Amino acid sequence: MAQLNVVNEELSLPKVHYINADRGLKSWLFTLDHKRIALMYFVLTTVALLLGGIFAMAVRFEHLTPGPTIMGANTYNRMFTLHGVVMIFLFMIPAIPGIFGNFCLPLMLGAKDVAFPRLNLLSVYVYAVGAALALYGMVSGGADAGWTFYAPYSLSTPATLAPVLFGVFILGFSSILTGLNFIVTVHTLRAPGMTWMRIPLFVWAIYATAIIQVLATPVIGLTSVLVAVERIFGFGFFDPAHGGDPVLFQHMFWFYSHPAVYIMVLPSMGVISEAVAAVARKNVFGYKMIAYSSLGIAFVGFFAWGHHMFVSGQSALDNGAFAIISMLVGVFTAIKVFNWVGTLYRGSIAIRTPLVYICGFLFFLVFGGMTGIAVATVSLDVHWHDTYFVVAHFHFIMVGAVIMGYLAAIHLWFPKMFGRMFHEGWGMVASSFIVLGFNATFIPQFLLGNAGQPRRYYMYDERFWVLNVASTAGSTLLAFGFIIILIYLIYALKNGNVAGDNPWDLKGLEWNTSSPPPKHNFDVTPTVDEDPYTYQKKGEEVEHVVI
Amino acid sequence: MNELMRQLLFLPEQASTFAVKVDKLHYFVVTVTMVASVLTGLIATWFFFRFRERRPNASTPIVSASHRFELAVISVPLIFFFLWVWVGFKDYIWYVTPPKNTTDIYVTGKKWMWHFAYPDGPNSNASVTVPANRPVRLLMTSRDVIHSFYVPDFRIKQDVIPGRYTETWFEATKPGRYRIYCAEFCGTWHSQMIGEVVVLPGPEFDAWMVKQKQGLAGRVDSSGSGEEFKGDLATYGRRLAGAYGCLKCHSLDGAPHIGPTWVDLYRRKTLLASGETIIADEGYLTESMMDPYVKVVKGYQQVMPSFRGKLAAPEAAALVEFIKSLRGDNLENVAPKEPVYGPVERR
Ligand code: HEC
Ligand SMILES: [Cu+2]
Ligand SMILES: [Cu+2]
Repeated sequence: MAQLNVVNEELSLPKVHYINADRGLKSWLFTLDHKRIALMYFVLTTVALLLGGIFAMAVRFEHLTPGPTIMGANTYNRMFTLHGVVMIFLFMIPAIPGIFGNFCLPLMLGAKDVAFPRLNLLSVYVYAVGAALALYGMVSGGADAGWTFYAPYSLSTPATLAPVLFGVFILGFSSILTGLNFIVTVHTLRAPGMTWMRIPLFVWAIYATAIIQVLATPVIGLTSVLVAVERIFGFGFFDPAHGGDPVLFQHMFWFYSHPAVYIMVLPSMGVISEAVAAVARKNVFGYKMIAYSSLGIAFVGFFAWGHHMFVSGQSALDNGAFAIISMLVGVFTAIKVFNWVGTLYRGSIAIRTPLVYICGFLFFLVFGGMTGIAVATVSLDVHWHDTYFVVAHFHFIMVGAVIMGYLAAIHLWFPKMFGRMFHEGWGMVASSFIVLGFNATFIPQFLLGNAGQPRRYYMYDERFWVLNVASTAGSTLLAFGFIIILIYLIYALKNGNVAGDNPWDLKGLEWNTSSPPPKHNFDVTPTVDEDPYTYQKKGEEVEHVVI
Repeated sequence: MNELMRQLLFLPEQASTFAVKVDKLHYFVVTVTMVASVLTGLIATWFFFRFRERRPNASTPIVSASHRFELAVISVPLIFFFLWVWVGFKDYIWYVTPPKNTTDIYVTGKKWMWHFAYPDGPNSNASVTVPANRPVRLLMTSRDVIHSFYVPDFRIKQDVIPGRYTETWFEATKPGRYRIYCAEFCGTWHSQMIGEVVVLPGPEFDAWMVKQKQGLAGRVDSSGSGEEFKGDLATYGRRLAGAYGCLKCHSLDGAPHIGPTWVDLYRRKTLLASGETIIADEGYLTESMMDPYVKVVKGYQQVMPSFRGKLAAPEAAALVEFIKSLRGDNLENVAPKEPVYGPVERR
């Protein structure tokens, strides 16, 4: 947009805002302000993202040659475990709800804070303790079971696993607290006039996510504690040598970990709904369909877990049922995709950084989602299961879709959070690196899976070599993109142009207050008298189009 | 066309009947996926330019969906996805239903190697020889953690689980050598848990088998309990049945004793105390040794001790093979009768 690139001399930051309202370390450590808590999550999860990224690069570099390259077999096994655990439990699950859920949800609802500010603060500390324990456990104990901890391997590995498992257990509480808080906030703290059908779609997505967090997370807590207890005291829950059932572990693990995929991806879908409406200055096409499909995904997602176990010896009928249920998730997702693309139609689309992420997101989500239905097709999964095809599929969803949403969120709300603009040019450069690098990393992995390379392989056959090198090359582009983003954002914190309260003239309530917002969010409690995403001037004659 | 698609997608050779079957769906699914995602990306990009901002902060029309559009949006993906899932499930059912006349091979996985045993033939590590164009069934178990038996050229994979049997089958179509991988993470040398299926043309395989049996007399089972055994698995099983005291409770003459007789037990329809009827296949027989009280045969006491941890995997396999050898013909289709263990009628 034109006015962004012009330094507007008249704009200045508000004198007092949430960042400088109270000073001193204590004011941060004991803050109850949802916006400050969001920033604490921002810092912590960014560290996790960097760590997880470093482990990922270590894994990729190891694969530059078919034999040993830069590390031994055991180190390799620890690396992919570290990568998985850190990325999933420390980054993917808490990041968008923790940062943007916390920051934006009360603002979007026109509330002064979340319903339980103290629980909110507690969730950060619980997260920090769980993360520290899990990391300590993995580094000192050399955990090597992968993030899936399959029994009986996880029961018999000589590595120390118990601290990691307790870490996962504790992290679960943080997630539950966040979810609970958001559910109650959405029910009780909406501004006057904000009916359910006027709630922004990001809030709908976070709400659906919160339901999964509250209902599913206890199961992973239970499972990890059972494994830890079995390791320590030798109870026979999962080890057949003591009368346990190893396949039972898989049922319990995936009963959480499949819905957990939606804990990760739904918030990101919510971001995209906002971002699409914002860059196109359009009402969201099919608002209701998007909102309800979030709830649909959350519900159906609970019954799809068995698609991870098609070759585990589970009954053939189960496999068929899980395949059909998984397919329904795909249908809900497809509905969303149609509606996002439909939102762009007849819009007034500003070519800005979030747009690149939206475009990337759409491609990755469709490709990742449809390969998801493909691996839920039982006969095909027999070949693909536990190969790089599956790895590529879930990275398309988790990196492709989730991280695109995460980056879109950063570029959409950064001016609101810090009151300053990042450099649009660098934003475009970095986003192009990310989208290209991502494709270059993971498309070869689909082909590797087709060719039959199993995942978690330290060494691989000669014939897989070229595709592995291609994937590693792509991953360096991806990493490069992240480094650029980190640099220009940190630079913009102090030196970016002042953004103004509403730099793009957007409609959500969060744009209806100063940037950065004051401690209590709004000087006057806003009232809502129109649908969200109403990009028509009051009194103007509006064209209605039905397709 | 088939060959072109296969190479474009980097798929390995199609060396089994299942591979040929399943790849068709593979091509269809991958093509639709690529077309749909590229199309979505292109349409979005086209909209970016077609509807780009011409005037800052412009008003836009309100666009909404008609019911027709909503219906299309829901049904188009539904139809495609349902088609995949349906065809996939049909092929899968075919894949998990081995034909009756299979050549059986016992497979044991352990960190980090594969062990193979023929019921009446040789044992081997890492390499298994099978006939081309005849169905081969693998009855698999693990001695330690979960492994997964994977042959990309056959498009087959099956987890191999300690304490129970799982099975898979294939019919190789081309003589040659094919890679076996372990697909379930199992520790330090997971990636080196590899092996080879050697497919020989039928007559060559038969000749090979004859030769193997000649040299069998002095063979040692390298991965059993360390005990030496001569002859085939069933003979070994008979010896173990004596040694472990199974025959104190189970008879070999068809008469019920403390436990049910083993004669004609294999694939019998058995009535359980729970009222359920099951077929006594390999998985059930193993389970009966390892967890005797999970499925108790109707009319018997719960007195059988568990042999979990006492029987090594190959020993369990040998016992199963012995029980199978006590089997008459035509048993599969006998209806359950009361009392369960009268001598079974032959058709
Ligand atoms: C103390 C007596 C006893 C001993 C020793 C014993 N069993 Fe059993 N077994 C039973 C009884 C009683 C049943 C029936 C109740 C049940 O299903 O648990 C049975 C059931 C079975 C069955 C299922 C039979 C069916 O009709 O479905 C199998 C298979 C079996 N035993 C195998 C073995 C093997 C192999 C051994 C030796 C390693 C063994 N048993 C030792 C008493 C015994
Ligand atoms: Cu899943
Ligand atoms: Cu293995």
